[in-house]
Amino acid sequence: MAATDLTPEQRDFRDHARRWLAENAPPPPPERLPITPIEVMTVGQRDYLQAWQRKCYDAGLVGADYPKEYGGHGHSGCQRIANQELGRARVPFLINIVGLSMAAPTILQHGTEEQKRKFIPGCLTGEEIWCQGFSEPGAGSDLANQRTSAVRDGDDWIVNGHKVWTSLGHFAQWMILVTRTSKDDKYQGLTYFLCPIAGHPGVTVRPLVKITGESGFNEVFFEDVRLPDAFRLDAVGNGWAVAMTTLLAERGASEGAGSGGGGGDGAIEALIDLARGSWRNGVLAADDAVTRDAIMRRAIVGEGLRQNARRARVPALCDHPLRLPLQQKLTGSEFAQDNARLGVEIAGAHSTLYKRDPRAPAAGHWPLAYLNSFGNTIAAGTNEIQRNILGERVLGLPKSK
Amino acid sequence: MRTNNAPTNFGFGDDETMLRDMARKMLDERLPLERLRALVAAAPEPVYDAGERAPWDPALWQEIVALGWTGLAVGEAEGGAGISLAGIAGIVEEVGRHALPSPLIATLAASLVLRAAETDAARAVLTDIAGGATATLAITNERGSWDPADAPLAAHADGDDLILHGVARFVQDGFKADRLIVSARLGDDLVLCVIDPRAPGVALEADHIHDLTRDQASVHCQGVCIGPAAILSRDAATVLAAAWPGLLLLVAADLCGASEWLLQTTVAYARERVQFDHPIGFFQAVKHPLVNAMVAIDQARSLLYAACAEFDAGGDRAEIAARMAKSAASDAAATISAQAIQLHGGIGFTWEYGLHIFCKRNLHNQALLGDGVYQRAKLADLLIGPVSTATNAIG
Repeated sequence: MAATDLTPEQRDFRDHARRWLAENAPPPPPERLPITPIEVMTVGQRDYLQAWQRKCYDAGLVGADYPKEYGGHGHSGCQRIANQELGRARVPFLINIVGLSMAAPTILQHGTEEQKRKFIPGCLTGEEIWCQGFSEPGAGSDLANQRTSAVRDGDDWIVNGHKVWTSLGHFAQWMILVTRTSKDDKYQGLTYFLCPIAGHPGVTVRPLVKITGESGFNEVFFEDVRLPDAFRLDAVGNGWAVAMTTLLAERGASEGAGSGGGGGDGAIEALIDLARGSWRNGVLAADDAVTRDAIMRRAIVGEGLRQNARRARVPALCDHPLRLPLQQKLTGSEFAQDNARLGVEIAGAHSTLYKRDPRAPAAGHWPLAYLNSFGNTIAAGTNEIQRNILGERVLGLPKSK
Repeated sequence: MRTNNAPTNFGFGDDETMLRDMARKMLDERLPLERLRALVAAAPEPVYDAGERAPWDPALWQEIVALGWTGLAVGEAEGGAGISLAGIAGIVEEVGRHALPSPLIATLAASLVLRAAETDAARAVLTDIAGGATATLAITNERGSWDPADAPLAAHADGDDLILHGVARFVQDGFKADRLIVSARLGDDLVLCVIDPRAPGVALEADHIHDLTRDQASVHCQGVCIGPAAILSRDAATVLAAAWPGLLLLVAADLCGASEWLLQTTVAYARERVQFDHPIGFFQAVKHPLVNAMVAIDQARSLLYAACAEFDAGGDRAEIAARMAKSAASDAAATISAQAIQLHGGIGFTWEYGLHIFCKRNLHNQALLGDGVYQRAKLADLLIGPVSTATNAIG
């Protein structure tokens, strides 16, 4: 990015972010970190990552564009730069992903002044971990089919129901919660709440075990959970619209309050390194024409996605304002999945080794990354739903249902 | 890949936007689909059996010359517009979107090579191009090698002159060119010369090709005598290497334009064509492949603009960026060309409907300068390193 395209404020901010990240690389983690925030399992991982987010927040790299009265740093057009620099620096990810990319943008848009002051600062610092209560056993891709009920009781609401696939639920203080407050209309009968989780009477968080044998996400049960009306976000019956704000933020249509980190930028280099150390049919995989072609395919997609992000900010080169932003979840999750699958292929016989095996290449990263990658091709609207959304909202094809 | 000196907007500012929009408007008016069909695909037999050269519209070309498009890539000192490659790519996308039969892209490609030569002889040809002359590159040998070192012609010195022999193949729009830019082996050197297609010893032979929107020629040279003023460079390897990313990107831009047209045309059809009581775009078996094609086209377009910006900035990653763009554009074109015909069903398979005009132009451009697999082999040499012979010995 040319310095001439940045405002003086953005240029200073970028220089500050680069300098700070160069000088403040975090110490090595006490235990192996997962690939993404939704797989954080242990208290040790949580404490380490929470401390890292706090440092990034104090340095101004989280909540950069949020108003100061809500704990932000009051810049404009700087969060995107912070996200880029965090990604480039290959530092750990920010743990409070739901708080930063879903809760904070939604509260900022729909919250009362009091709600913004109460909830947003904890999202940014990472002191209050958030989780998402959208999916239910009967409401997956058909998200509006919500059964969890909220019934008025004086100034309070009583919530009963069952949420699933709740990443970070075991560490969460708060949940963004969609409930059914009326059965008269599938969409207009929904209401959105900010719900306390840890230690709150009637809330039970139970871990779910993934195909990898790891935990990291949960199911959450609500039994006569009492919520004050002050925790309702936006109007009664407006929950679907509020949820759409959340999903749009989640699917990458805005910069959010902070993201980046986690070193996704290094995937191609990692594949090349793996190929240089793996044998295939008597030669190094790095010398095998088909493997070379496969790695270059991945490199081209990775660069294409980076340049998509750049083009999305040049209106003259975008035919439809949502055409590129709405692709992010689909393309990003499939990019990660395809990379991981190629890593498994390149590792060959060694891809059979679990992380506990000392001879597993890259400490068993590739097969685990591949298995875990389905989390992101399924979550946040399956990629089949993403293709429906793109076909309908961008290409204008008739709604498939 | 990081670029530090290319602008955020790819160098695509107000002027570039205006040029592209003007090009779109002009071609929408002057070359709508019906006109294109009547021009190049009135009936199959004359084109493929009787005729040697695909028809085009010289009157429309004169309008294009009057707009100054031949001089887009020519510097202002030589009377051209000196537009950045980013700006040119925007126009070429429109050319692809309308499948315009013309010597424009061949002339732009020749201009990029001439610019890289930086000699008075080259500047003289650029001045002619800015004045409306057309040109094309004749730098490909019998084997269809895309390695500039594999020159098609052999030269030997005769006093201050050079004498050229050999056959240059796969010369794009050779029959529309006023000047041929040829490469020839001269001892250990590679020279670049300009020849007149009507000069003694030069003979053009038309290839029979599938693409209806261009001609392609073999240029036979038998003792063609070149004076010193026609020798553009005695270091053609360096000149061609400098221009090569630009050549790749012109083809990639054409592919992106035609592919976007095929996408939008097929989407429009899927919204209208009703089967089983629904427009067929209602069905996910139709909707999802169209989304996949859009995703592929978008990555190709983003890579195209990024590579143009890198080329314009003189960045050292221009070759990598351009090969990525050509690979992505070739593969996206293959995807949407196939889906366009398949999802239109029987009507898309007919000669009359005209999808084939764009699909064949894409097929031609996919192969030109190397397809996706070829570009990725080159990229692997750059990003992974050359295949090591030592490890082969161990195996």
